[in-house]
Amino acid sequence: MSKVLIIGSGGAGLVSALSAHEKGAEVIVASKTLPTRSQTSMAQGGMNAVLSSDDAIENHIEDTLRSSAGLGDESQITFMCERAPEAIRWCNTIGLPFSRDDGGEIARRRLGGASAPRACYAQDYTGLKLLHTLYDQCLKAGIEFKNGRFLLNLIVDHETNRVLGGTFLDIETGDVEEIRADTVILATGGYGALYGKHSTNSVQATGDGLAAAVRAGAKLADMEFIQFHPTALKGSSILISESARGAGGYLLNAENERFTDELAPRDIVARAIHDEIDKGGTVYLDIRHLGEAFINHTLPQERKLTQLYEGIDPVHELIPIKPAAHYSMGGIEVNADCMSSVNGLFAVGECANHKTHGANRLGGNSLLELVVFGRHGGAKAAEYGTKNPIPSSDNPQLAKDTNFVRGVMYFTNQIDFYQKQEMLANIFYNNVGLVRDDMGLKAVLGAIRQMQKELPFMGPRDKSKVCNTNLVEFIEFGNKVELAEIIVVSAISRVESRGAHYRLDAPVRNDRMFGAHTITWKEDGVLCADFIQ
Amino acid sequence: MEIVILRGEESQVYNVEIENITLLSVLNHIKTKIDPSLTYSHGCRSGVCGSCAVRVNGREQLMCEYKPSDGDVIEPIRNARVIRDLVVDTSSIEYFNLRASAWSEGSREGCVSEEEASRIETQTDCILCGSCYSACPVYAVNPEFIGPFALTRVWRYVNDVREEKSDGKMATVQTNGIWDCTLCGACVPVCPQGIAPMQDIRMLRTKSAMLGYPDPTMNFGGGFDLGGWDF
Repeated sequence: MSKVLIIGSGGAGLVSALSAHEKGAEVIVASKTLPTRSQTSMAQGGMNAVLSSDDAIENHIEDTLRSSAGLGDESQITFMCERAPEAIRWCNTIGLPFSRDDGGEIARRRLGGASAPRACYAQDYTGLKLLHTLYDQCLKAGIEFKNGRFLLNLIVDHETNRVLGGTFLDIETGDVEEIRADTVILATGGYGALYGKHSTNSVQATGDGLAAAVRAGAKLADMEFIQFHPTALKGSSILISESARGAGGYLLNAENERFTDELAPRDIVARAIHDEIDKGGTVYLDIRHLGEAFINHTLPQERKLTQLYEGIDPVHELIPIKPAAHYSMGGIEVNADCMSSVNGLFAVGECANHKTHGANRLGGNSLLELVVFGRHGGAKAAEYGTKNPIPSSDNPQLAKDTNFVRGVMYFTNQIDFYQKQEMLANIFYNNVGLVRDDMGLKAVLGAIRQMQKELPFMGPRDKSKVCNTNLVEFIEFGNKVELAEIIVVSAISRVESRGAHYRLDAPVRNDRMFGAHTITWKEDGVLCADFIQ
Repeated sequence: MEIVILRGEESQVYNVEIENITLLSVLNHIKTKIDPSLTYSHGCRSGVCGSCAVRVNGREQLMCEYKPSDGDVIEPIRNARVIRDLVVDTSSIEYFNLRASAWSEGSREGCVSEEEASRIETQTDCILCGSCYSACPVYAVNPEFIGPFALTRVWRYVNDVREEKSDGKMATVQTNGIWDCTLCGACVPVCPQGIAPMQDIRMLRTKSAMLGYPDPTMNFGGGFDLGGWDF
């Protein structure tokens, strides 16, 4: 029986846990939070699948490919779309309470970029209800959870390029521990929290798994592609689901006029909004004409949050919005079996780049991806571990990381990292956001390099060993800085515009030069980048 | 504005000059600008991750959905071991859901009417924030009480028309379960999602009676057992 360590307990982590367990593996899920507190809880719109003859799987494939702007892999997309109906059935079998249509079938709605209504949903709580259903199933299966474990590093035997486990900070006790396993699945989510208050994401989406992966020698792919959701609340970046537009909501500019096709793919709508805001105006989402009853039934969260954060009731008033960082298309480079360039290290969900979203993700495809590839990756990891059990070998990683956690307490604290973190978020939103150019990107790179040098002069000011969230947030900041450099170098290298990556100084797509994936990795601590088909 | 936060045995007063923002934003301001040692849990800031439940002036609130006023007193939620400041041990969530077998035993395919689907709509909105658990007075006398969130979850599966084998769940909630609730209703107003665990427990009691389980609250101290008569 192989032992599979899953790091991260959102949708992708829990699906892969169930899948590896079904294959007979011993499964441990280690995660920095309680499973039901992960980013997946925030997904609202739905999960795409073709369920009836009025739509066709070919159309789902075609829509996804088109939106991916040349960076989607047709075989991976086909794999995902063909398994979508089965994924929905599986979710239903484990109890996900889908909303239903008049005929009693699983209800579907149309999201942006889709040629038919095919997002299956559970009110505007699709992610929440999926996540809790999965958690319940994991308890039923007897999956072992280690909550409150913050990933520090992966343990790798560099001679054989083989992962052996991971090291973790036990947040409650402050101790550093290692968990060894035959295979490791990273399911740690995206890096949207880098954009701070300009992101719809949970504050937990700090990309810890990606940073650990790149330190372990894994390759990342297409890190410059970050999706901006067109409609976040202007003041707080709280997400207003795309289903508000799917149901007929309008976008209005400062002159109260519609200015774009509300249901175009997200990159196009977000840039149209950005251009209106750039002209100096406020942009609004108008759902008043949908009526109070409809809003209460279909968009209850949106109404509540808009009232709370903007002091506005969308039943009667316009909602001021802005685009905000929402989804990380970039991620750990994985093969068709979800395995990274490090042997035995798998990645699933948002932290991975399954090449299904390419340069721009379609709404409703991320929950689908985490179910399809979570199942696939979990099974493959269990299988790989059975065939290739890890040798018991000495490894210095635990000692190194124990020393690091002890040593970081002595960092000098002349510079406040919270202030730097806010600055990083602001310059990222302004210069590595919806619209980019060489000069702006290079200025950000300069600021990041400076921050890297300054890290030893920052550090946690709280010296408690027990439950030190100041320490955790400092290490998260370190991970953000690690990824920030990679994102910006990728964005500088890609001198063209494609999907979510829009260069003002190179506004045209250039397939001849850049019709390839931006692959990044570190060699002896030095960042390398290349374009690879 | 003065905010009082219970930190271990002591209370600490923070003075913040910001108005009309959520309590979570106030705490983020304190942590990043004033006192980095202040410790609390948070995540989505939009009321779905269930991380940030605390007590404000003795009542459970999600920090991301509550706007504080001058003099508010913030404490960790109750019935859970405090780890530090406002962070509590959450292991009871796994423990009680496990004890209650709060999961699907297999859900059938096929049509479900909108009306049937809507029966479990509210219960499946649960975010496991622990507010109901904190407000429940039964834990003072019975720490093994399966409790409001886990019993709501059981009712959610029992009442799901797709569930094929849910009757077996009724056995797991007979002891330390539905009959230990005092129906005081303290769990109802504190739920940020508008769930009424007490109502769900009542429904479980009715279902339990229908399946032939005895109702221990209907025990008349001896009943017809003649040995109980004392002449």
